[in-house]
Amino acid sequence: MSQNVPAELRYTKDHEWARAAGSEVTVGITGFAVEQLGDVTLVNFDVKAGDTVAVGKAFGTIESVKTLSDLFAPVAGKVVRVNEELTKKPELVNEDCYGKAWMVVIAATDPKAAESLMDAAAYGEHVRAAAG
Amino acid sequence: MSSPALRRTSLYPEHAALHARLVPYAGWEMPVQYTGIVDEHQAVRTSAGVFDVSHMGELRLAGPHSAAVVDYLVTNDTKKLTDGKALYTCACNEGGTILDDLIVYREREDAWLIVCNSANRDKMSAHFAKAAERHCDFEDASDRTALIALQGPRAFDILRRLDGDGASLASLMSFHFRPATLAGLPVTVARTGYTGEDGVEIFSRWDDAPVLWRAILAAGKDVGCKPVGLGARDTLRLEARLSLYGNDIDETTNPLEAGLGWVVALNKGDFVGADALRAIAAAPLPRKLVAFEVTGRGIARHGYPLRDEAGREVGLCTSGSPAPTVGKNVGLGYLPAEMAAVGSRFFVDCRGKNIEAVVVKAPFYKRAKA
Repeated sequence: MSQNVPAELRYTKDHEWARAAGSEVTVGITGFAVEQLGDVTLVNFDVKAGDTVAVGKAFGTIESVKTLSDLFAPVAGKVVRVNEELTKKPELVNEDCYGKAWMVVIAATDPKAAESLMDAAAYGEHVRAAAG
Repeated sequence: MSSPALRRTSLYPEHAALHARLVPYAGWEMPVQYTGIVDEHQAVRTSAGVFDVSHMGELRLAGPHSAAVVDYLVTNDTKKLTDGKALYTCACNEGGTILDDLIVYREREDAWLIVCNSANRDKMSAHFAKAAERHCDFEDASDRTALIALQGPRAFDILRRLDGDGASLASLMSFHFRPATLAGLPVTVARTGYTGEDGVEIFSRWDDAPVLWRAILAAGKDVGCKPVGLGARDTLRLEARLSLYGNDIDETTNPLEAGLGWVVALNKGDFVGADALRAIAAAPLPRKLVAFEVTGRGIARHGYPLRDEAGREVGLCTSGSPAPTVGKNVGLGYLPAEMAAVGSRFFVDCRGKNIEAVVVKAPFYKRAKA
């Protein structure tokens, strides 16, 4: 099981990570999510810069050989950037999910929104429970 | 996560030791992947892969009338088999739709082995048992029979290295089978498979399978032979355009529309479903199972609607996935006959998005002949 849960990030129960810098929150999916998906073959974004996203609403989808998962926004706000490179190189998600495979940057409506997400310790517990 | 109700094959401890991801499948706890679906898929295409398919059903019929009973229950003509030969077939109901797809093995004129899908085991066991009543002996041998598939271009190199007569198996012809000794164990080896590659399927006693499994993996390690789970089994068979029961064929589909007319011997004499199938064959088919490539950005999945250019729902995707060897997103689905020609364009409704697709020639992947 992946122990790769960076301490400086915040997490959702749907296995997205969030990195807050001021009011901008960068979002991606966790090592555990990647492990569950397997080889990622397709990333699709349903949003572009300037669009509004709401908490728990899908901003895109990620697909592997076997499965499709929605990508959920961990915080509400306005999309600043979308990592379009992933639509051409979905394998980056397997290679570097906390780095090159960031997905979107959101200008959070509530600058403190990310603080209410799980910290690494809580997410680590969540993953252990999910893994059974 | 594991439910106590799930059954396990004798290879379960091997899967656990290999850290396979285990999933419920047709009442069994089976490995869906070990190292990754794409990695396992490529191992089978380029080297070899070993599969636990012990969950499949093995039915045995014996006695003077067994040949007639078997032939009456299946659509293909088993009278053309000789001892040591097998064939692929459907078994239909009276309405001509598919109860299961099977491989029928003729050991002797009076001894037959039927391999059925695990999900259909109880149904087919009852079906064959009922037909055998008062005519021949019937045994459901599934619980005492393990089945390991070894598939890929290096399969016979690996067999040769096993203790026994693996070296002589290279002469076994496609859809032939014979008893053999492998890893010191009594087995039956058939040159059949479900991957589009050359290879064998090996029947053994239930409790012998772990020894055979470990021997194959040890003998194949240096050529890159890997254990392969149900995930890659599905992508391999899809690329080879082999039907999956429960997805592409079931009791609502008939073999003719499913592209399995080649296993329906309409003129062989009476068999279950013959009248219905002859009637179906006498008229143009309203729909056909087609092979398609998704040309837009999307992956077709089982159950997605297929739409015409006007957006009307005209069919259903029955199988769909990325095809690792082909490098495309492909699928199978039923379309109206007038839309089923190669080159015909339509849309796959991927969760509300219409993604372009085109009917292509099957199979998606065909191995180069050695």
